[in-house]
Amino acid sequence: MTPPPAAVRTATEWLSARARWHPLEIVFWFAAFAAIYLFPARHLILTEIAWLGLFALSLDLILGYAGIISLGHAAFFGFGAYTAALLAKHEIIEEPVLALLISGCAAMTLGFVTSFLVLRGSDLTRLMVTLGVALVLRELANRYGWLTGGADGLQGVSVKPVLGVFRFDMFGHTGYTYCLTVLFILFLVARRLVNSPFGLSLLSVKSNPLRSSAIGISVDARLVAIYTVAAGYAGIAGALLAQTTAFASLEVFSFDRSADLLLVLIIGGAGYLYGGLIGAIIFKFMQDYLSALTPQYWPFWIGLALVVIVLVGRDRITSWTTPIRLMAARLNWRALARRSAERL
Amino acid sequence: MLTILFDGIAYGMLLFVLACGLAVTLGLMNFINLAHGAFAMAGGYVTVVLVNRLGVPFLVSLPIAFLASAGVGFIFERTLYVHVYRKSHLDQVLFTIGLVFMSVAAVDYVMGSSQVFVQVPSAWQGKFDAFGVGIGRYRLLIIVICGLLTVALQFILAYTRFGSRLRAAVDDSRVARGLGINVNWIFALTFAFGSGLAGLGGALGAEILGLDPSFPLKFMIYFLIVVTVGGTSSITGPFLASLLLGIGDVAGKYYVPTLGSFVIYTIMIVVLVWRPQGLFSRATSR
Repeated sequence: MTPPPAAVRTATEWLSARARWHPLEIVFWFAAFAAIYLFPARHLILTEIAWLGLFALSLDLILGYAGIISLGHAAFFGFGAYTAALLAKHEIIEEPVLALLISGCAAMTLGFVTSFLVLRGSDLTRLMVTLGVALVLRELANRYGWLTGGADGLQGVSVKPVLGVFRFDMFGHTGYTYCLTVLFILFLVARRLVNSPFGLSLLSVKSNPLRSSAIGISVDARLVAIYTVAAGYAGIAGALLAQTTAFASLEVFSFDRSADLLLVLIIGGAGYLYGGLIGAIIFKFMQDYLSALTPQYWPFWIGLALVVIVLVGRDRITSWTTPIRLMAARLNWRALARRSAERL
Repeated sequence: MLTILFDGIAYGMLLFVLACGLAVTLGLMNFINLAHGAFAMAGGYVTVVLVNRLGVPFLVSLPIAFLASAGVGFIFERTLYVHVYRKSHLDQVLFTIGLVFMSVAAVDYVMGSSQVFVQVPSAWQGKFDAFGVGIGRYRLLIIVICGLLTVALQFILAYTRFGSRLRAAVDDSRVARGLGINVNWIFALTFAFGSGLAGLGGALGAEILGLDPSFPLKFMIYFLIVVTVGGTSSITGPFLASLLLGIGDVAGKYYVPTLGSFVIYTIMIVVLVWRPQGLFSRATSR
């Protein structure tokens, strides 16, 4: 059975309208790349923001678009980080970009295997299973100390120049450009993904799995697919961390990392891709400022932020973006042009 | 062999007292409270301060720890938790993780980050042999206290008016409301009582489990295992689950120490995937 051509046309138009680049998005990425030349002194923290943003983007794909609550997303992050660090240490694959791809694929495989565990059950079961997977990996990394370095972390990693040309330096100049480029490319892929019919079907699964399967969406297959992709993203984020710091420790699997990540995504707002990136910027600068004041008690402020965000309400927290969105709507010259064309 | 079994039972009983409050909150309000361990920690630290600094007898400090945690739980429930019941699970998780982080940092600030121990009176220390089995006195005390508590809890739930109201509210809170049962009030009381039990467990367990500011994070997963594996529809489910977990953990650490907690986590994942409702839970209609 084929749908009527008129419906297909409306749907295609709607999808392409969704996928259209907004001027503010162009400004955002322009500013991000301009920071390479504008703020060379802050490249270290900007590097951290770039991989944290990618990590949050990955959580956004499963939480904001598919509605899976995960407390163990650090499992894939850590898996990617250890893969990249091991590849570099034992000189199996020396070129960072290739190693990055392989780490991503490794994390994707892990994501695919574990995705079948999160299909069943309620939010609580998913929470426990994701948390359990991260804990199991941490225990494994701890136990196989001959491979991973155990509790001391994996030391003695030396990362070769990117593409054989650009050497990593201690100021993070190469690191930032490298991370930002990877983030941008993966962002484009994610953007294409969520604005496709596949992305729409994910949203429908999120709001009502029963009805989605009734209209012919295979819910399980979609969830497996997006979970696998998100795991790959998280793995690449972890690999970026391992390559830019030339180090991997058990801490990459920690519960705190998964919990912090939730905060990052919630600050920026879930479900529109930029939430993770904006959240990462705010989170890192907040951490930079607060942990300079009280390094030991920094978790207190994370906790306070979480409690306040929930009590005030997440939608109200992200409502500070409303004026920007209104302005953005006014700025949207294409929509304006179309409306005036319709009026004529 | 039997000594390990005995230690495992003591550990499991302790876990049950720590976690049973969580089982009721989860079953009653469908509320995911990851901060349950924070109340246990509060009870533990109250005991430490009372016994070590003020010289209060150990057995007297236990009820005080219970009351203190129950009071804190009651205040938190009435002021903060009430606003979160109707929110999504994601919000509940974020909120309670936030509370955990705050409690960890706050205790670190007030009490310091090092591990503390309760000075158990010398009469309760040491071991004695009974029928060839080495029995720790303190562990025996734990089993006796926790056993009595379990019987009392089962009695309250099964035979009192409050218990039957609580069970009705757990089974179907909407209908219970319709019958004129004040579910909110029952919930506040149960929450306070559960927090108090957690505090008592924290006080009793400070000697065995060790007490430091990261206690709520370290044991969160254990409480959750007890609740998810045991199910939330009865009190016997979590009880059996915590006994299994206690014996399994002690035996695992004794026989295969290199594996660490690996076995426990793997079993948990398998059980959850196999039976998401919990091992000992009957199928719910909701």
